[in-house]
Amino acid sequence: MSDSDKSVNELIKNEYKHGFVTDIESDTFAPGLNEETVRKISARKNEPEWMLEWRLKAYRAWAEMPTPEWAHVSFPPIDFEDISYYSAPKSQENAPKSLDEVDPELLRTYEKLGIPLHERARLAGVAVDVVFDSVSVATTFKDQLAKAGVIFCPISEAIQEYPELVKKYLGTVVPQRDNFYSALNSAVFSDGSFVYIPKGVRCPLELSTYFRINEANTGQFERTLIIADEGSHVSYLEGCTAPMRDENQLHAAVVELVLLDDSEIKYSTVQNWYPGDDEGKGGIYNFVTKRATCIGKNSKVSWTQVETGSAITWKYPSCILRGDNSVGEFYSVALTNNFQQADTGTKMIHLGKNTKSTIIAKGISAGKSDSSYRGLVKFGPNADNARNYTQCDSLLIGDKCGAHTFPYIESKNKSAIIEHEATTSKVSDDQLFLCQQRGMDAERAVSMIVNGFCKEVFKELPMEFAVEATKLLEVSLEGSVG
Amino acid sequence: MLKISNLQASVEGTQILKGIDLVVRPGEVHAIMGPNGSGKSTLSQVLAGNEAYDITGGEATLDGKSLIEMPTEQRAREGIFLAFQYPVEIPGVSNLQFLRTAINSIREYRGEEEIDAVSFMKRAKEKIKQVNLDPAFLKRGVNEGFSGGEKKRNEIMQMLMLEPKLAILDETDSGLDIDALKVVADGVNALRSPERSVIMVTHYQRLLDYIVPDYVHVLAKGKIIKSGGKELALELEEKGYGWLGIDEE
Ligand SMILES: Nc1ncnc2c1ncn2[C@@H]1O[C@H](COP(=O)(O)OP(=O)(O)O)[C@@H](O)[C@H]1O
Ligand SMILES: [Mg+2]
Repeated sequence: MSDSDKSVNELIKNEYKHGFVTDIESDTFAPGLNEETVRKISARKNEPEWMLEWRLKAYRAWAEMPTPEWAHVSFPPIDFEDISYYSAPKSQENAPKSLDEVDPELLRTYEKLGIPLHERARLAGVAVDVVFDSVSVATTFKDQLAKAGVIFCPISEAIQEYPELVKKYLGTVVPQRDNFYSALNSAVFSDGSFVYIPKGVRCPLELSTYFRINEANTGQFERTLIIADEGSHVSYLEGCTAPMRDENQLHAAVVELVLLDDSEIKYSTVQNWYPGDDEGKGGIYNFVTKRATCIGKNSKVSWTQVETGSAITWKYPSCILRGDNSVGEFYSVALTNNFQQADTGTKMIHLGKNTKSTIIAKGISAGKSDSSYRGLVKFGPNADNARNYTQCDSLLIGDKCGAHTFPYIESKNKSAIIEHEATTSKVSDDQLFLCQQRGMDAERAVSMIVNGFCKEVFKELPMEFAVEATKLLEVSLEGSVG
Repeated sequence: MLKISNLQASVEGTQILKGIDLVVRPGEVHAIMGPNGSGKSTLSQVLAGNEAYDITGGEATLDGKSLIEMPTEQRAREGIFLAFQYPVEIPGVSNLQFLRTAINSIREYRGEEEIDAVSFMKRAKEKIKQVNLDPAFLKRGVNEGFSGGEKKRNEIMQMLMLEPKLAILDETDSGLDIDALKVVADGVNALRSPERSVIMVTHYQRLLDYIVPDYVHVLAKGKIIKSGGKELALELEEKGYGWLGIDEE
């Protein structure tokens, strides 16, 4: 017993492959947060007055809010005065007009990450709005999207170019005061993506953004707003990695999805921020608010996420199913290793009639990590014949890790139907022995078992993302064995 | 091929194998019989490299290479296959995925390229039919929800796919009806060749009607107390183990 436990413990030691820092000159604010910081950020971006007012309102709300304590995670308090709230690559002044003009150092960074942007974008037909630190520095395929009438641009640009759309929807899905981190993000958000799909348009490309934290001690506050107009359809991919750092870095993004009648949004995430070393030092604090509102009838939103990174993850992509017959889906794989902590799940808020939701959450814990699923399924008084299916599975690797499930159900409608299934299993020594007896090393066996466990979620990912996700799990479970 | 001398092993501090000597040459089929609890599974597991068992003395070599320090997966890659008495389930991992990962691990060790998808599928379909299982089983999780007999057939299926040098079958015949027994026997007979060897652990002589062994050994209380030709199995069938001075359970 003890011998094989040791080998399990060895093989889940993780080596972070994306740990390096790009040497690009940056224009970074001194640490600290007050109204002046907010004004400076807004000024730096030449924002209109209404935007500045919006930020200030959020800042004032945030300043009065206590930090949340209910998540099943623990960490030393964050000193918000010790964080720099703005950083932009210097080369921004003469912004590149095509990839060829992009800082070669930056391109090399993407190479190292295994993201050959040129190849990838061209071959896969993916439009990439690259967010490097806080400012977008390269955008491709704009023409093709423009032809379809799709708007895909940095949100800073949308504020300038499409103020009506931004004003109409920003903060409607995730109100500023929704929670501590959404208020913070609303005050200081740096940049992010804006997408608008017009009526009846099927977005011709899968939209994808690569996020990357690069400045030491720079909080990263992405803001994403996606609007799917009536009868439109879009698939959006988000993936990120961060360089090796010793200090904890705060990442507090807000993502808002708006769905009008008969529209569909598929939002996929592979999250691989630096998780900290195997002694629990360093790593990203990932406190994200992601939410979709199905305003329109017959609309459908799915969140698919593969979460392997970050020291601490606090994230509940949610669906507000307001329109009749609207559908919300949540497919999640969360892997924690070493000292990582994850508290993740979803909220399905059924308000309209015949609304349906599906939750498939897979948690994998290895090392000394701790992973929690927290899910809320709520049926409002008008949600006649609404239904939810929840399946929540945990897989433990080794015997020093933990998995917890916190399902919450609130129903104000008697016709609502909810089904809930939950399992916890452990990668057993007998399973490992069988695999090894068939020629596999333990590492490969564990990765195969984990992949099998995650299959139902992976099949929801776009093809090339699924391949990446499989690789990512392998890397995250990689150890010194073999 | 396999040479075992004075092999001793213990589990959780209790001595189970008390000095086993056995030589298996290429092409030979050996049957190991004995009452329950005599150490047959222990011997099988120890040869396959299960770390739950401690080797406390003696030596075992495969083609001259010592097995004692060799990791489990390397033994497998060198050609040792164990059909388990109690096959475990791996939910979510399809038989196909499992077999492909196994085959590619072995091929990698031999410096060969990964098997191509087409010939792999062809082979898998062929072998699953050979053990009389519906091809739909290929997509199901490894042994997931399989009946006892289906699990045993699946072990044979894996053996046929991996084509081991030395196959050790631990009571693969137990609990099988006569049809399943024939399937197992056909599988083993199909594998028989001048280069391959088989060790069949069995409690009953029944299987030996279909797979005729070159040698039969009787294991009792952790020692081989008698060896002979195939006629020894018949004698055991007739007279029971009591004849050899051991209590039958
Ligand atoms: N994992 C184990 N822990 C404790 N005792 C064991 C274990 N495995 C086997 N034994 C003991 O070792 C002896 C031999 O068992 P085994 O090798 O399974 O015999 P057989 O296969 O011949 O029936 C038995 O007395 C059994 O109880
Ligand atoms: Mg046995």
